[in-house]
Amino acid sequence: MPILNYIYLCLTLFSIGVIGVLVRRNAIIVFMCIELMLNAVNLLLVAFSKMYNGTAFANAPATTIGIDAQIFVFFIMVVAAAEVSVGLAIIVMMYRNTHSVDINFLNRLKN
Amino acid sequence: MNAIIVSALLGVILMFCSWGFKSESLQKNIALVGLLVLIAANLAQLNGWYVLDINTKGMLSFSRFGLYANTILFVLTFLYLWINAEEIEAIGHQAADFYALFFFILCGASILTSFDNLLMLFIGIEILSIPLYILTGSDKKNLMSNEAALKYFLMGSFSTGILLLGITLCYGAIGSFRLEAPVIVPSKGMAYEQYLLSAGLILIFAAMNFKVSSAPFHFWTPDVYDGAPTVFTSFMATIVKAAGFIAFIAVFHVQSKALGYSWELLLTFVIVSTLLVGNITAVFQRSVKRMLAYSSIAQAGFMLFALYGVSDFANEGILLYAVVYSVASIGIFAVLVKMKDYGFEAFNGLSKTHPLLAFVTTIFLLSLAGIPLTGGFFAKYYMLNAILTAGAGLWVVIVAVIFAAISVYYYFKVIQAMYFVQGSPAIKELPKTYTYKLLVLAIVLLVLGVFPNLLFNYLYF
Repeated sequence: MPILNYIYLCLTLFSIGVIGVLVRRNAIIVFMCIELMLNAVNLLLVAFSKMYNGTAFANAPATTIGIDAQIFVFFIMVVAAAEVSVGLAIIVMMYRNTHSVDINFLNRLKN
Repeated sequence: MNAIIVSALLGVILMFCSWGFKSESLQKNIALVGLLVLIAANLAQLNGWYVLDINTKGMLSFSRFGLYANTILFVLTFLYLWINAEEIEAIGHQAADFYALFFFILCGASILTSFDNLLMLFIGIEILSIPLYILTGSDKKNLMSNEAALKYFLMGSFSTGILLLGITLCYGAIGSFRLEAPVIVPSKGMAYEQYLLSAGLILIFAAMNFKVSSAPFHFWTPDVYDGAPTVFTSFMATIVKAAGFIAFIAVFHVQSKALGYSWELLLTFVIVSTLLVGNITAVFQRSVKRMLAYSSIAQAGFMLFALYGVSDFANEGILLYAVVYSVASIGIFAVLVKMKDYGFEAFNGLSKTHPLLAFVTTIFLLSLAGIPLTGGFFAKYYMLNAILTAGAGLWVVIVAVIFAAISVYYYFKVIQAMYFVQGSPAIKELPKTYTYKLLVLAIVLLVLGVFPNLLFNYLYF
């Protein structure tokens, strides 16, 4: 399958994430949409990795070209986990004070 | 390498301090001594003494510029903690937890000054940001602080997603995460790799703008700076921002060529809109804290000049600007922390009751405005020189100078309140030594205003 299809798929997923962040009002859902963005990126990285690896593999079967993208995916997953832990803590802290996870709460500082 | 490892270790040690030692002054002293150890470890590497030499396989590369920038960030953090430790203790349960977070932030900052691979850029930015989300929300009962933390967190991770997409698209185009990777040249007409590379670089540019809060990606800044506890705003607006700029420059001094002429167009647009939004909005603020938040956006506009092209002026200028802006902002925020409310009226008549405090505050504000004899003048001068050396149009410089003149208006509103308005200032009880500590910052600004070279000598020898 040509790489462009993967790019279109990942950009679609990423855009769904972005639109979700912009449109939804529930902090948890916004958070899920951000995770969707990160996972779209992960998918694209793996696709690119396979693309470069496949090209190099035809010439030299013992190649490691393209491996770095897969390592990158692991780092993204680890960092996303760290971010989730902090983010959920912040959302819980907000819930304790306001009993709601609605983003519309975020307007106290405007004036 | 020394700085990265030592700062991470110190962070862990401080984390356990809150469990081992209950005395907050002891925790503060451990943090200050830890910072000195960190500075020493970094200076050791600067002088060629690698204690912890690890082969990073080209992930990190330690230039003299990066190590020197580390030293500057650490010394600024030392000054910051030395002045603000009491206020930090007043916020949370255990101050050592916050000190630990500072060390983790410094770890991220020292990765950002030395990365040679976009993977490390990503990791550095995240190590820098995640503790900041916690610091922003550290005032748990305060709704403003909660709101600022949630907003900062959502915006920050959103921009991380954009940064990652940018890095990935660049990887798709050139097949490597290395910073010095050869820029692809499309073989037959406009191959799709060129589109991927341009799109990727623009996304990275947008995400980095987000992190350093320049317009049109600045929307989170005033709210977050306003909502966060003032001591931590001071840290966010100074040291973290400086580290962000050093990373920003490291990426785009290398890779901006791939964008060609449109890079200059893009950057000029961002610079002018940042200066416009920052300065014009700051004029209309009624709270000093919010005014400083907008002024930090405006100052970011000046720091962006260093991105325009590689030159000695750009490298020296960003360091000078980082130091001068950080010292002045740490100072003015340290004064603000002691105010009961953050309106301009709170400063009324400060010169009568606290003459020395009013004097040092004036120096900080003059430096932020860029008046000669303070460091701010030379910082702005170097930045304007950098952009002219890089071949930008003269009109950008003229616009910048006009906006610098506008900035004088809102900085001088505070000075006017202190010296020319009768009234009693809404200020808390000050410890005797507090003003003298601030005087040290003012002296640094004055010395750099006369001999800015003092800062650069170490960059070359």
